[in-house]
Amino acid sequence: MAEKKEILLSIQNLSFSFDTQRGVVNAVRDISLDIRKGETLTLVGESGCGKSVTAHAINQLNPMPPGKVDHGKIMFRGTDLLTLKRHEIEKLRGTQISMIFQEPMTALNPVFTVGAQIADVFMTHQHMTKQEAMERTIDLFKLVKIPAPERRVNSYPHQLSGGMRQRAMIAMALASPEPGLMIADEPTTALDVTIQAQILDLLNDLKHKIEMSILLITHDMGVVAEMADRVVVMYAGRKVEEADVFSIFETPRHPYTLGLLNSLPSNTKYKNARRLEAITGTVPDMRTIGAGCPFENRCAYASEKCGQEFPTETVLGESHSVWCHNYHMVKEG
Amino acid sequence: MPVGASTIIEVRDLKKYFTIKTEGVSEEKSLLKAVDGVSMDVFEGEILGVVGESGCGKSTLGKTIMRLHDKTDGQVLYRGKDLFAKDPAAMKDMTLKMQMIFQDPYSSLNPRKKVSKIIGQPLDIHKIGTPEERLERVAHLMEEVGLNPKFRTRYPHQFSGGQRQRIGIARALALNPEFIVCDEAVSALDVSVQAQILNLLLDLQEKYGFTYLFIAHDLAVVEFIATRILVMYLGRIVEIADKHELVGNHVHPYTQALFEAFPATSPKGRELKKRIVMGDVPSPINPPQGCHFHPRCPYAVDKCRQAYPPLKEVSPGHSAACWVVQKDI
Repeated sequence: MAEKKEILLSIQNLSFSFDTQRGVVNAVRDISLDIRKGETLTLVGESGCGKSVTAHAINQLNPMPPGKVDHGKIMFRGTDLLTLKRHEIEKLRGTQISMIFQEPMTALNPVFTVGAQIADVFMTHQHMTKQEAMERTIDLFKLVKIPAPERRVNSYPHQLSGGMRQRAMIAMALASPEPGLMIADEPTTALDVTIQAQILDLLNDLKHKIEMSILLITHDMGVVAEMADRVVVMYAGRKVEEADVFSIFETPRHPYTLGLLNSLPSNTKYKNARRLEAITGTVPDMRTIGAGCPFENRCAYASEKCGQEFPTETVLGESHSVWCHNYHMVKEG
Repeated sequence: MPVGASTIIEVRDLKKYFTIKTEGVSEEKSLLKAVDGVSMDVFEGEILGVVGESGCGKSTLGKTIMRLHDKTDGQVLYRGKDLFAKDPAAMKDMTLKMQMIFQDPYSSLNPRKKVSKIIGQPLDIHKIGTPEERLERVAHLMEEVGLNPKFRTRYPHQFSGGQRQRIGIARALALNPEFIVCDEAVSALDVSVQAQILNLLLDLQEKYGFTYLFIAHDLAVVEFIATRILVMYLGRIVEIADKHELVGNHVHPYTQALFEAFPATSPKGRELKKRIVMGDVPSPINPPQGCHFHPRCPYAVDKCRQAYPPLKEVSPGHSAACWVVQKDI
């Protein structure tokens, strides 16, 4: 983790909005982030913070319209993905950028066997024969530790358990000649905790075997602790803190990051406590957020300035930045 | 176990089976044993946490205790009185004492009713007080759960998820119950809102002395809120103990697996973590012979494949259903 590897994907000042019947929602505001080769970057935040919209902007999966890129660039291996046409991005989706979703049942086609769907990727993008493609699919099933792979390739999605379906999705994501970036959007949220543990282990294992970068989207700080190299914390469309995973957990400097950690009942500080230090209030209406910090109305450290302008970046260390006027008042623990 | 506390709910060998059609064209039916012989007591003033993965029967257990499902066999006694022996009218009176908070704050509130109607409905049904008194009670309940009473003429869709859950809680409080089943009451909420609702549930419990049966799949939440914890796997209790005993000294291999699978609270030492359980949760329609956990259990021996172990005390107030733990192999 120490040496800095080459940047694979770079999101630069991305703003993304949705024009809805009830007003314009600025779902993502001025987000920048870099994903380096072989690293796992997690985007963490609560519902509506813009984490999925940011990730889906990469391979143009946000519905447009009503969605619209207001500003920014997404650079991947020398091209700005936002300028690509539909058929061009489709080509990238199967080969260099893959995606796994929260609910694998809805991401797989129910009328084809899982094997056929994965073999299809090999046949379409690598022009293999059906037999070659099936053999490669069985190899992938072995890689993602699906038991009895020769039999399982002939199963339909509904015949597999949730955990097995997610493994099949991961296998499909790996069915490319040069897996570069895997976007994992809440990949274990729908799974039971013992199955989640297996899938997280598998992803970590694969990351080391294949030099793959993972953009992991999650709301679960536990998953972040298990998986992340670096963490970007989002709140109401904004990036509020970015750091290596150890700094985020040990020395959070944004009041929201601290509040998120304090909201976890599993936080060791609550060993014998009977109350949690909860963040008060609720997320503001995304249609009416002004120019200030969106966390201002819930923040214990807010000052007058916070309501007026969104703070600029404060660099706290080599890999730790925070966007907060009053970060110096925030002490961990 | 609280010394001298009286038992509020007794569950005796409760079974709830669902008949389901099997896959394919045949008319064959099979049994899903959602709750398969559960016995336990709930003591007054405690928060009994029920934890387990999907399909373990924890929600069915809660709903059957509330008589939202009919039982297949066994007994549920509320202060010594058999709930299932009551006719529907008498059961209605029981809801004065027993209430439930549901998981989904969207589907559990009628979208066509104003908040005051939703919260006041239990009062209407039981004809408690005059209309003015009911309105006053609704306003008081809204304050109690942290909602501004001036919003009482709004509809559910005008509230956020956390606020809706507060409405559901206010409704459950309306009749001054003694016993509340919280069925995944915080699972659908974001973590910062979840923390608020957990605090609210604890505040209310302290103030009114409620007894909660707190059902959740999230071990961290149960570990925080409960005073005693019960672990279920495929329709049966595998381990039950006081919170501190269960957290510090769990003995059943499934409980161990659950604790180990739970994501870390800090990235420190994550490389060193060991995990023991492989494989999937088997289908509850055809659970494995013998101990249901044996195909995933690293300690399984022959006896585990043949007979289901009884739930036996391993130390005072701490029981587990495992042949290996009971050293009966």
